[in-house]
Amino acid sequence: MSCCGSGAELAILAAPDPREVLLVSRTIAGGLRQTDLSVPDVHCGACIRTVEQALGALDGVTWARVNLSTKRVTIKWRADAAPPPFIETLRNVGYEAHLFEVDGDATDTTLSELIRALAVSGFAASNIMLLSVSVWSGAEPATRDLFHGISALIALPTLIYSGRVFFRSAWQALRHGRTNMDVPISLGVLLAFGMSLYETAIHGPHAYFDASVTLLFFLLIGRTLDHMMRERARVAVKGLARLAARGALVLQSDGAQTYLPVGEITPGMTIMLAAGERVPVDSQVTKGLSELDVSLVTGESVPQPALPSSVLRAGTLNLTGPLIITATASANESFLAEMLRMMEAAEQGRSVYRRIADRAAGLYAPVVHLTAAITLVGWLIVSGDVHRAITIAVAVLIITCPCALGLAVPMVQVVAARRLFESGIMIKDGGALERLAEIDTVVFDKTGTLTLGNARVVNSDNVDPATLALAGAIAAHSRHPYSRALAAAVSTTTTPIALDDVSEHPGCGMEARLGGSVLRLGRPEWALTDTSGMDLDGSSAVLSRDGQCVADFRFEDRLRAGAAETVGDLKRDGLAVEVVSGDRETPVRTLAAGIGVPYFAGVLPGGKAAHVAELASAGKKVLMVGDGLNDTPALMAAHASMAPASAADVGRNAADLVFLREDLSAVSQAIAVSREAGHLVRQNLALAVGYNLIAVPIAIMGHVTPLVAAIAMSGSSIVVVANALRLRGRGKSDKSQDASASTPRMAVRMEPAE
Amino acid sequence: MTDYFYLIPIAIGLGLCGLAAFLWSLKSGQYDDLQGAAERILHQDDVPLSH
Repeated sequence: MSCCGSGAELAILAAPDPREVLLVSRTIAGGLRQTDLSVPDVHCGACIRTVEQALGALDGVTWARVNLSTKRVTIKWRADAAPPPFIETLRNVGYEAHLFEVDGDATDTTLSELIRALAVSGFAASNIMLLSVSVWSGAEPATRDLFHGISALIALPTLIYSGRVFFRSAWQALRHGRTNMDVPISLGVLLAFGMSLYETAIHGPHAYFDASVTLLFFLLIGRTLDHMMRERARVAVKGLARLAARGALVLQSDGAQTYLPVGEITPGMTIMLAAGERVPVDSQVTKGLSELDVSLVTGESVPQPALPSSVLRAGTLNLTGPLIITATASANESFLAEMLRMMEAAEQGRSVYRRIADRAAGLYAPVVHLTAAITLVGWLIVSGDVHRAITIAVAVLIITCPCALGLAVPMVQVVAARRLFESGIMIKDGGALERLAEIDTVVFDKTGTLTLGNARVVNSDNVDPATLALAGAIAAHSRHPYSRALAAAVSTTTTPIALDDVSEHPGCGMEARLGGSVLRLGRPEWALTDTSGMDLDGSSAVLSRDGQCVADFRFEDRLRAGAAETVGDLKRDGLAVEVVSGDRETPVRTLAAGIGVPYFAGVLPGGKAAHVAELASAGKKVLMVGDGLNDTPALMAAHASMAPASAADVGRNAADLVFLREDLSAVSQAIAVSREAGHLVRQNLALAVGYNLIAVPIAIMGHVTPLVAAIAMSGSSIVVVANALRLRGRGKSDKSQDASASTPRMAVRMEPAE
Repeated sequence: MTDYFYLIPIAIGLGLCGLAAFLWSLKSGQYDDLQGAAERILHQDDVPLSH
């Protein structure tokens, strides 16, 4: 425990019910169950040791192993007992952990298929090249034929095994009447192989086995890198805390309590909701008093009271007291499901984005094939030699095969994604990077995006330090956002105050005894005997002694670090910035005026998506930045989208980018990197086209031998890769600034997993 | 020239051995946690092979 384990601040949510742990665990052989936990704070060898030892010491645990690259721990435990308290144990040793759901056993078979294909083609390419070099250096005809034969024997299984990746995709595209980059690749590779086989059979001097296999090898590198980038972001985003309930404790008519998965809850069921749990389905309160944090659902920053007969929306967080609620809708009719339907609608409304590489391929493939066809016909007319004409036409296809083009785009995007990853920004795929570079309007949500979604005491300077310390001491006993803000406002140097009988009154506040007097901290109506002449708007709390007001605290949502600077930067870059919030007019106006941007308050979820769609139809390319459930339709409707790590699960999955640090400068940083990457992609495409402009005439003239083809292909690929790596070099030079600018207190820490 | 032809199967055979070794190591999960493996070597206690 030298350098690590400082997750105490994160302990907002209650530990999951053991039944929830059981629900997401899997049965494995030998009477064991397996649970996967995501532990984002693990980052060194000492952490591995601490976590494994703490878990291994638990009763019933047979095996615990940390994976440092993915920041996950896999635990096997005996299925005949109740699940051991994994999460509590880890919290005690200083690590915040959350349950991680493994989707069946489909743990990325694509990546291992790609790597295997890459290994096979690498082996084949190096061996065929070895044989080709001796042919090029002037082997005797008999030796040459033998070497061509051996090359064919190596190339055939390689094409079948490693080439499937491309052939499958090309076939899919052709069957649907489209063409993609894989069509010219497959055609080039297959024709090169076919012609070489024929040449070998007739003991010809030139065979292109090396070209066809090297091409596969280079292209598979690009493909594998692209896949790894997407996979890493997906896993990292999935490892974040889940903010929707997985199940709930249902009270049966005979008085028994059963823990049911959310999907099995039907309207009319009675649910026991403890403080710190999220409302599983839309429901109504039957008994109990509490307060609800609705910021993730509606964007309102002030906690809402929950009284009998209050209507609760699925996804809101119960803060202070236990509630007994009755479900009014099943999970697939709840608020969450409604949002999902709106997301689908928004996605259908969005114009389909075609990636640069696909657009390039759309132009490239017809041009290349036409050139080859013209070459064939031309040579037929000129020389009348069918064999010679075909050989030259195939050489044109080989030389134009988009090797550099296939690497040009993914290479840049992988380097850019890596740079973003180092700054705590996850990007879902390369297409998102291209779209992000095009945006001209940024729409921000307020609560949880521009602000942190947690309150701060505004007027602590006007309050006597001793009174503040007293209020903080009482507040330390509650998890209400205002209490936590008060507790945080007290300087740590003050001596602790001993209080008697601290109790929480859900929906009202905290009560404590000190000496002979009763102290109350909470709603003015409850804490004071007389509230006349007070300005009550729900965003204040008072501290009272025996019914007399001692201090009045005002709260305000805290602005995210770097919010004002980021908005300033974006405006300087010529982007239009707006705030669209579901919160009440007053707080939105104050905030928007503070950073100087136009605002729209009290917007319903559908309204947000409609607003984004409206901007899009006016020709704007919108970047939506939001965190709440109510933002998800808008995230889907926007040209590009970003969400903080603290966002609702659905939002995180819908967003193209997720930023893990508190600092909002991630937004401007991501846009800057994406633009730089877009610039390099265009440069690379120009390089690839320039190479073709030189190489194609040579090929058409019939001067391309296998040696020339090999040099040209490798040369152009190296140039393109080197150009892409320049982005990384630039990243290094401004890295020191990044490190100092990033805030020490971040929501979730995550380092590049490699 | 022809005297050295026996070297070709040897070269290819060695290449195949390397490929097989890589595929085996991939399959047995040796690349699943490269960072973790680098850290573990510093912290794991040595266990004698016999008794």
